[in-house]
Amino acid sequence: MSALAPYLFLIVPLVKIALLVFIVLTLDAYLTWLERKVIAHIQARWGPYRVGPHGLLQPLADGIKFILKEDPLPEGVDKKAYFFAPFLTLMLALTSLAVIPFGPDITILGYKTNFGIADVNISLLALFAITALSVYGIALAGWSSNSKYSLLGGLRSSAQMISYELSLTLSVVGVLLMAGTLSLKEIVEMQNNGNLGFFGWNIIGISKDGFGFTQIIGCICFFISAVAETNRVPFDLPEAESELVAGFHTEYASMKFAMFFIGEYTAMIAVSSLSTILFFGGWLSPFPASWTITHYLPSVILVPFGLWVFFDGIRYETIFGRIVLPGIGTVLTVVGAALFLFPAVNELIQGPFWFFIKVFAALFFYIWMRATLPRFRYDQLMEFGWKFLLPVSIANVVLTSAVLLWRMHG
Amino acid sequence: MSAVLVIFFILAGLAVFGAVALIVQSHPIHSALSLILVMLCLAGLYLLMGAEFVAAVQIIVYGGAVMVLFVFVIMLLNAGEEERTNFSKLASFAGVPLALALAGLIAAAIARSTVHMPAATTGELTSTRELSKLLFSQFVYPFELTSFLILVAILGAIVLAQRERH
Repeated sequence: MSALAPYLFLIVPLVKIALLVFIVLTLDAYLTWLERKVIAHIQARWGPYRVGPHGLLQPLADGIKFILKEDPLPEGVDKKAYFFAPFLTLMLALTSLAVIPFGPDITILGYKTNFGIADVNISLLALFAITALSVYGIALAGWSSNSKYSLLGGLRSSAQMISYELSLTLSVVGVLLMAGTLSLKEIVEMQNNGNLGFFGWNIIGISKDGFGFTQIIGCICFFISAVAETNRVPFDLPEAESELVAGFHTEYASMKFAMFFIGEYTAMIAVSSLSTILFFGGWLSPFPASWTITHYLPSVILVPFGLWVFFDGIRYETIFGRIVLPGIGTVLTVVGAALFLFPAVNELIQGPFWFFIKVFAALFFYIWMRATLPRFRYDQLMEFGWKFLLPVSIANVVLTSAVLLWRMHG
Repeated sequence: MSAVLVIFFILAGLAVFGAVALIVQSHPIHSALSLILVMLCLAGLYLLMGAEFVAAVQIIVYGGAVMVLFVFVIMLLNAGEEERTNFSKLASFAGVPLALALAGLIAAAIARSTVHMPAATTGELTSTRELSKLLFSQFVYPFELTSFLILVAILGAIVLAQRERH
């Protein structure tokens, strides 16, 4: 250990990057499963059911399919841009996760480190810089494919992303005014209001020094713009299948198509994390700090869920399911029990636990919207962005500044 | 060689490569992409000097907003490959010597200059908070005038776009 000490500054981030990429890619895969399952149940269908128990191996089957598919090169494409676009999309989406803090600083084996890859003091700006570049992936894909549908999809997407980036950026200014910093970590710490619990979060906005103001308007604007930025329903005009076949990725197949897909889901995770940090207190618990009993909540959730999976799985139709599902149930139960028995570990996962719960809720909301809302028409989309969302976010900036100024002098 | 110097040479090399590629490429989109590469490398260089805020703004404004519009317009016009027209005689004869002369002149001016470049040493400027304090106190009038200038440009664009309707 001591021989490695001088190189720890290099080793630790590399390990963290590898871990994060692994976790996020797995999460992406199971997000597709969750999305199909949730939408199916909303529409009174079963969803994926054949591959593995409850379709749990469906992402794996999809992955194998993507790798084995033929990858034809359409005629007349601009080869450089055509190959570069999917890489760019995925790369930027993964990079954006680098500045997100998933929990408070932790100390493992005496080495203190931040819970996340990079702790930049302008992390919010860095994130917006990466988002600003992500439009190129889609625009280039649309342009290089040498197809009218792709080109139209790419053009629509660029116009949409430029329009909604304005309200996305302006909607967080209220939070910045209250926090007085661009660091995501400090923005979360600012929302920690001790015994007030979730009332300290920016969506309610009761701060320690009294300079708080509810950011619910900013939150709504941010979320709507974020959905538009990630090209999801009801703003998925770049890939409106009834008009444009599949939009900017019409001409893509195999792994290159999968990369756009993974990029989109990673961007969803990044945006959900960002809204969690900015408006919902990041890794903070919604309960007052003095309620230490709530620290056992991970166990309270995991153990019954594990037991339910176990007893429900025993009666599954296939033999494979009757082995796998109780196995998963046992693992969940054991993890829950272990957390109960080792308070030190339990304290360590409190932050990430709440962070994950909130991000999961945001992602579920995304899926829920997809199953509920119809798509915007293009002129409605532009009108909504420029004539409603932008003025409202500017009004939020003015209102928040006015309230803060009044509190400072009054 | 220190790590900072290595990174500097990589970024500077990439920036020069991008700038040359910008001119050499025959397709407008490839030229635009090369320009984006230059912008990103410049942002990296700012980051190397500790100017995080300027680096992020460089990417957001130039790498993002400005260049997206360039790419957007090129895509919208569906501009094809450039065709080489025959050079003017004057350019082929006098161009290279004049370019060399200009490069030599600039190099000589930089080599002779005795002014100490303070860019990398203004430590207090690196913090975003200090920068904004300066912008809103000492430089508030130039700052507001610049934003006024941008407002004029926005209004001009709107007026030009509206004219067709009447």
